[in-house]
Amino acid sequence: MALLQAEDIKAYYSVRKGYVKAVDGLDLVIEKGITVGLAGESGCGKTTLVNTLMMNVKPPLFLVEGTIILDGKVISKMDRSTLKKNVWGVLASIVPQSALNALMPTKRILDFVRDVISHHMDVSDSEVVSMAEKRFEELNLPVEALSLYPHELSGGMKQRAVIAVSTLLNPKLLVVDEPTSALDVSTQKQVLKILMDLKTTGITESMIFVTHDIAVLRQIADWIVIMYAGKIVESGSTENILHDPEHPYTYCLINAVVTPEPEVRKRGLTSIRGEPPNLLDPPKGCRFHPRCPKVMNICRSKEPVLVEIGGSRLVSCHLFPPDA
Amino acid sequence: MPLEVKNLTKVFAVGLFRRKEILAVDGVSFSVKPGEFVSLVGESGSGKTTTAKMILRLLQPTSGSIMFDGRDVWGLRGIDELRWYWKNVHGIFQDPYASYNPLHKIDRILYQAFMLMGHSSTDKDSMVEEVLREVGLRPDDVLGKYPHELSGGQRQRIMVARCYMLRPMLILADEPISMIDASTRASVLQLFSKLREESKTSVIFITHDLGLAYYVSDEIMIMHDGSIVEKGPPDEVIDHPQDPYTKRLREDVPLLYRKWTGF
Repeated sequence: MALLQAEDIKAYYSVRKGYVKAVDGLDLVIEKGITVGLAGESGCGKTTLVNTLMMNVKPPLFLVEGTIILDGKVISKMDRSTLKKNVWGVLASIVPQSALNALMPTKRILDFVRDVISHHMDVSDSEVVSMAEKRFEELNLPVEALSLYPHELSGGMKQRAVIAVSTLLNPKLLVVDEPTSALDVSTQKQVLKILMDLKTTGITESMIFVTHDIAVLRQIADWIVIMYAGKIVESGSTENILHDPEHPYTYCLINAVVTPEPEVRKRGLTSIRGEPPNLLDPPKGCRFHPRCPKVMNICRSKEPVLVEIGGSRLVSCHLFPPDA
Repeated sequence: MPLEVKNLTKVFAVGLFRRKEILAVDGVSFSVKPGEFVSLVGESGSGKTTTAKMILRLLQPTSGSIMFDGRDVWGLRGIDELRWYWKNVHGIFQDPYASYNPLHKIDRILYQAFMLMGHSSTDKDSMVEEVLREVGLRPDDVLGKYPHELSGGQRQRIMVARCYMLRPMLILADEPISMIDASTRASVLQLFSKLREESKTSVIFITHDLGLAYYVSDEIMIMHDGSIVEKGPPDEVIDHPQDPYTKRLREDVPLLYRKWTGF
């Protein structure tokens, strides 16, 4: 059974010049117990997609079309107050980008814990404190951090505290948006460790990890979804995507990553020519065609569809026609 | 030897009443040959940016010497000597936005570089346009615009375009590609290589990105707590690290083709 099922999602930003089609007709299924990595360049709609999946949709962003089913409940039909009460923090939590800067400087970490718990449960303050301490111990975080102010914590510690607080009520799905991009490698590893611990201890079931760093996904994701210009271009198991990328965009994206490995030095580093398209007026046909190294005539006029090419791997490219 | 740094030390004194001294850079020595790409790798707080600032004459060293092309960098006197230094040593910073005056159009920063070269102003337009094309920017896209109207990648490329006009002997690039999407990183790095081929420019990459250092440099220096703990060619430092700190750093970097064990 899938934990999250999204069908034909269209989320547009309404601007003066028209609609920015940040997510444009996208289907996604997140299975139970799976960590899904969502990758792509900046401006391809990753953040908009995860916010839409959480139904955190506020003007100018609108969910134009689509159904989102989370744990058997149709959340795309719920209003904001129901979502606040029954979904956010309880069924699914999101740690947005640069969440470490979102902590109110005059509040201690424990105050954030109180906020989260008192919103959903009617418990005494001592119970809140013991719940928080228990959770911090479980995740190997220093309990003393609870009584500190945000500025007294390091960046990595802040990020870990934010993650711990947002998963206090054991949400089944945790969404983290670029949690490590501002951190040093050793702190990054600690943050990734706590995310892994959340899953192994069973606190959360599934996770969506948004990043532009494919090397991080290699370490943490079971499944990778590659997005380009508001659409999914390829998805598959981490091993398959990394060792055998089928879509030209996936291939280019992997070849633009440098890690200290002999394989990388050998293959070199290549750029993807051009820039991601303006989503106010995306290119006709395949959206990647103006930048694609393998562009064909059909790509300029006809939009490819996602087809399964074995092992529940999906690719949307004319190199893989649906009938073949 | 364009750059020779010996026993460079910087002590910051903090606190108003109770003075506390922080040793940011502790006796750093290295040299850079013409056309050599060197990386200074370290985590935040390791002192790598402080080292760069001292070389760029933005921060006075507490002790030690910096010799550039046989002259003592901190002993330069008079506008002519300084102008010579500015023309030959160039900095590219992590956030290029901070390098621009937000009230002036992009054109100005390029024309200033042009003036620094002592050219007459008659052929400046054609030369600026040529240089912009060289770094992969369309002149119409950037000229006449203000810094905030450009993307991070475009601003970074304009800094490189400046380097292109000045043809410096040494570039200090502080996290030059961290602002740029992975997909366009390669093209910026190619510009540095082109400068090296054409003008024997040396580059010091100041970065926390071990992958970048491994890929571009002739020599890697690992910096930790103000000192260089290990240096050598990338194959030695990265593939066979000796220092415990380098080993730890190496293990913490996520790799593309290997999964962390026991994680």
